[in-house]
Amino acid sequence: MKKRYLCTGNEACGEGAIRAACRFYAGYPITPQNELTAYMSRRMEEENGTFIQAESELAAINMVFGASVARARAMTSSSSPGISLKQEGISYLAGCRLPAVIINIMRGGPGLGNIAPSQSDYFQATKGGGHGDYRIIVLAPANVQEMFDFTFEAFDLADKYRIPVMILADGILGQMMEPLEFDENIKPKKIIDKPWALTGAKNRSAKSIRSLWLKPGSLEKLNEELQKTYKGISEKETRYEEYPTKDADVVIVSYGAVSRIARVCANDLRKEGIKAGIFRPISLWPFPYKEIRRIAGRGTKFLVVEMSAGQMVEDVRLAVQDDSRVDFLGRMGGGIPEEKAIIERIKKMTVIS
Amino acid sequence: MKKMFEKPRSMTCARTHYCSGCGHGLIHRIICEVIDELDIAGRVVAVAPVGCAVLAYDYWDFDTTEAAHGRTPAVATGIKRVLPDNVVFTYQGDGDLAAIGTAEIIHAANRGENISVIFVNNGVYGMTGGQMAPTTLLGQTTATSQFTRRADKEGFPIKILEMMKVLPGAVYLERTSVHSPKEVAKTKSAIMKSFNTQLGKKGFSMVEIISPCPTYWGMTPLESMERIEKEVIKVYPLGSVKDTLPQMSSSRTRGSIKPRNTICDRSPRSRG
Ligand SMILES: Cc1ncc(C[n+]2csc(CCOP(=O)(O)OP(=O)(O)O)c2C)c(N)n1
Ligand code: SF4
Ligand SMILES: [Mg+2]
Repeated sequence: MKKRYLCTGNEACGEGAIRAACRFYAGYPITPQNELTAYMSRRMEEENGTFIQAESELAAINMVFGASVARARAMTSSSSPGISLKQEGISYLAGCRLPAVIINIMRGGPGLGNIAPSQSDYFQATKGGGHGDYRIIVLAPANVQEMFDFTFEAFDLADKYRIPVMILADGILGQMMEPLEFDENIKPKKIIDKPWALTGAKNRSAKSIRSLWLKPGSLEKLNEELQKTYKGISEKETRYEEYPTKDADVVIVSYGAVSRIARVCANDLRKEGIKAGIFRPISLWPFPYKEIRRIAGRGTKFLVVEMSAGQMVEDVRLAVQDDSRVDFLGRMGGGIPEEKAIIERIKKMTVIS
Repeated sequence: MKKMFEKPRSMTCARTHYCSGCGHGLIHRIICEVIDELDIAGRVVAVAPVGCAVLAYDYWDFDTTEAAHGRTPAVATGIKRVLPDNVVFTYQGDGDLAAIGTAEIIHAANRGENISVIFVNNGVYGMTGGQMAPTTLLGQTTATSQFTRRADKEGFPIKILEMMKVLPGAVYLERTSVHSPKEVAKTKSAIMKSFNTQLGKKGFSMVEIISPCPTYWGMTPLESMERIEKEVIKVYPLGSVKDTLPQMSSSRTRGSIKPRNTICDRSPRSRG
């Protein structure tokens, strides 16, 4: 039976994890994700799971590493400065091919920045973040329901591909309240066997988990395997949403909370007779290059709107190449793009000169 | 003829990469003897450090994971919380534990994580070429203390066990050495006691082992052992630093388990 709740995005992430059979959480307080850590401290107790308030984000991500080594579904969460500290651990998770779920409720940066919503960790999340040639799956929810749904699904993806999965949201999504609906009996699809996990070498030979490969060629081999996995993910797990783009003269490309503003703008513009559409990447890695390129092929113009100085716009330009015009509108340091500014910009872009 | 000595079952037949006279190989063997005697190889999940012992998983025939430099106790915490009935230990050098991983070790102890920590104090960073460690003695020359370690510039040798003594979560802390057969035997008892502490679900325990690094001490193996005796243990006194446990019998002793037939015909695991 479906039940409705009113809760914050942070809590929705927490419940999504619990419903996905995550029974290990380690975190360190930081705004604007504190509701999630607090929620997990209660829910893990109720579900006989493990909650640890770690001594730092470094420790938290490495506790998750350990839990994952021991085959548990494990999660950590933080906001931008804390996610920077987790990058070492994420690189090790990637190198050791360990699944894990990481929530980043982004805030303004660089440095301590502020606690206002931001999307300025896009590069860090989608281009590797830590050292080495690796990728992680990055999903960008746009409402409280998706904070639940994507976190829930992230565990399946992580286990299936043995890869860290990040939910990349901003402070608006973390802290706002919206209705959330899910089936009381919702269960993860299938808990996958983890024959690689370390649980003690009883009645089998000993195993190790490592990212160190010193023998000439062996590290290249690991990297080739990783790249093969990433290619498979790119082919199968690219997600996006578009709304009407077929006849559009301009398409607004945005993700997360900003995509909701973009949708309102597109509707308003259509009322005025301007054919605007929206394209919303849901998986930021893998990025929907092909799908954007398909739209660009029609000569459609693009306006990329972000709460950053312009990060995703680089991927859009990579997709579009020189086929079409790509404009950018961004706000930084906690600023939120305003409808008025977006609409004005699109009107300028569509004036026949 | 009675067999007096053999390789512990839980050690692989791989040749170690350690320099001659290095303490790591010896300490590996002691750990494996204890694991054999307690008959727990099938329950162990070990956490190897970043340091000279980074390849320990090639030498140990039980489950072992890597950990990022110094994060070893955090990784062990994650494992142990998920597998409370397994035996989880970290193996850490002094750079790993007493420098980059100070926060992790203090807080694992303070939470009273039911794990064992084997802390190999050789007073230098072996793996990276003999740099100064927090444990380096005053007056000692290293690659990064070329005018010797001076208190006013480089600070003092850090005594981690004495620092940790005040933490209620740490129930058993002992410092041992491997510079003589007698001390080797004591090291073995201490590791045995640490594992038994964990098996009895008593809480956090740690054994600090003073260990030679002949290569970066610039000495022969023999001179290194003499240095431990004459200099190092003056700064790092041996013995129990904290023991809040009720007296435990040392569980199973040597010879109480049937030896398996062959050991070395098992080829070392290939790990590419
Ligand atoms: C984050 C990070 N910093 C530095 C290093 C380089 N590094 C590898 S081992 C090591 C120190 C090892 O010294 P110790 O822990 O005392 O172990 P030993 O080799 O002496 O046994 C360092 C600094 C690293 N691998 N990772
Ligand atoms: S450098 Fe030192 S610690 Fe490392 S293997 Fe050689 S003797 Fe052992
Ligand atoms: Mg050392």
